[in-house]
Amino acid sequence: MIEGLLIGLSAAFSIQNLLMVIAGCLIGTFIGMLPGLGPMSIIAIMIPVAITIGDPSAAIILLAGVYYGAIFGGSTSSILLNAPGVAGTVASSFDGYPMARKGQAGKALTIAAIASFAGGSIGALLLMIFAPMLSTVALLFHSAEYFALMVVGLSAIAAFAGTGNVGKAILMTLLGLVMATVGEGALFNMPRFTMGLMDLQSGFSFITLAMAMFALPEALFLVLNPKRSAQGASGKIENLRITKEEGRKIAPVIGRQSIQGFFIGVLPGAGATIASFLGYAVERNIATKEEQEEFGKGAIKGLAAPETANNAACTGSFVPLLTLGIPGSGTTAILLGALIALNVTPGPRLMIDEPQIFWAVIISMYIGNLVLLILNLPLIPYIAKVLAIPRNYLIPFILFFTLMGSYIGQNNATELLILVGMGICATVLKFADYPLAPLLIGFILGGMLEDNFSRSMQLYDGIGFIFDRPMTLGLLVIAVLLVVIPSYRARRAKARQEGVAEGD
Amino acid sequence: MALDRWVSFIILCAALAYGYAAFFTMDASLPPFMQRNPIWPSTFPKVLAVLTIATSLFILLGFEKAPESDQEPDIDYRRLGDYHLGQALTLLGLMVAYALLLRPAGFLFATFAFLCCGSFALGERKFHILLPVAGLASFVVWYLVDEVLGIFLRPWPFFI
Repeated sequence: MIEGLLIGLSAAFSIQNLLMVIAGCLIGTFIGMLPGLGPMSIIAIMIPVAITIGDPSAAIILLAGVYYGAIFGGSTSSILLNAPGVAGTVASSFDGYPMARKGQAGKALTIAAIASFAGGSIGALLLMIFAPMLSTVALLFHSAEYFALMVVGLSAIAAFAGTGNVGKAILMTLLGLVMATVGEGALFNMPRFTMGLMDLQSGFSFITLAMAMFALPEALFLVLNPKRSAQGASGKIENLRITKEEGRKIAPVIGRQSIQGFFIGVLPGAGATIASFLGYAVERNIATKEEQEEFGKGAIKGLAAPETANNAACTGSFVPLLTLGIPGSGTTAILLGALIALNVTPGPRLMIDEPQIFWAVIISMYIGNLVLLILNLPLIPYIAKVLAIPRNYLIPFILFFTLMGSYIGQNNATELLILVGMGICATVLKFADYPLAPLLIGFILGGMLEDNFSRSMQLYDGIGFIFDRPMTLGLLVIAVLLVVIPSYRARRAKARQEGVAEGD
Repeated sequence: MALDRWVSFIILCAALAYGYAAFFTMDASLPPFMQRNPIWPSTFPKVLAVLTIATSLFILLGFEKAPESDQEPDIDYRRLGDYHLGQALTLLGLMVAYALLLRPAGFLFATFAFLCCGSFALGERKFHILLPVAGLASFVVWYLVDEVLGIFLRPWPFFI
């Protein structure tokens, strides 16, 4: 490991790579703050830049910097505006925004910066320990296990989407998988479900779908309801300090949530959003009675928990990406795409074949976290000025960037019509309270899922692989339990509430 | 019937069509050598179709009750008229127009027009700020994408 660290240090500390980290963090912070542009859209927009650089370590360092920056920027807008730019920072607005309304915006931003820093750094440490271990195990994995692992990931997403919504989340995941089957698959060489349209020959474009699912509905919501955007932007930000007592109060929260967030991030499909919600819920449950009262009204613990957890989870989500080659979230899926375009195949062989990339990424995580802390703390008051962009300008620009994002990737104007059409569908789904993230992740994993499924079917000449390989069977059982148990428990809790006697 | 069940009904219809294609029409064109494979191009879609139909029926028939939330939703779709629906529809229309105009009108003009009309539709009336901002933004983005990134975007209309 020491050897690897040294390789990483020498790679990451070149002037070029240091500049990449700094540039990435800054770009990410600024754009991540704009409501409607999450890390996925930003990274998608940055991919052409990264590919032009040509050096894979520099490119992934840049993109990783953008990723952390975006998460941090997202928390800035959730705290100041109650308009989270990123799904992973929605939980930060529960307590961050009330704090800002109480005039403690500066303090809230400081806590967010410190919590993010701690979460990210501890996460990077854990990544350094666990990624090599996992990649040793991953070498034993077979396409049947990969298939089962992805099924576990998908059902985990559906299960975590919220009680009472499991059915909807599963339906969205399936819809994503269905959409992934459109176009030509690698294994069969025949167009499927294209309805004879040439534009669908290569399937739906991932970036278009991502923009249509997240950026467009968010922008439309901003248009429909101006109250979402125009709050509190004028407030001055001062008093950034936190007291010693407050520091002591959030330290254990940060410790717990770094570890919890990291491991949730490692799970395929979980990611920063779930980590932050879960972190918030856990901290609220274990807080003392009077502290629980404060949650939702501006508790510093309630802000520190999701902030730590989402950054730790971002780091954690690199584990499956770098060791298994399976992206755990939409963002890491985009990173996977960028890496493949740069002729690097993430997977268990990455550490052996190209250690300098692997370790440079890890070292750059430390640097990135440090840069975020050093640059952003003094810059917070200025950064917040971005939020003062009037709505009349902000919304057309967000829409324009979504259009550009999907146009640049394909250079095809029909893509824009598909974008608008799917954006309208996504808005309707959002009205009807369907979660959209499972759809996108289902879409991303769909191709890989089918490929691995087909490969194991061919190897075992039928469905027998499920029973022949105990690990596959075990994983599939876990997947089923993940879906069944929460809905069963919700049902039972409901029955109990209604006074129905419990069977014994 | 609530909107979410309507949505699941539409998904059900789509899934039925999808399943019909997967079960009955796709395999016809399969070459004989591929028919000996344990997996066909239609295998995975068949599984998906069955699962999707089952799940959408599950929601359509109301087996899953959403938890009653006392939280007021962000936007209540039943009172859509209370919001700025006209503005939203105008912007969507502008996006479609942008998609259709991008090639023939050239990037610079289409973007400039899109940004101006979009801001105007949202109620911006300070033209001395709006026009320069839109013009500058169109040019900067074109310069970055075309010159720096090297992705071709035709700047001028087709007749120039």
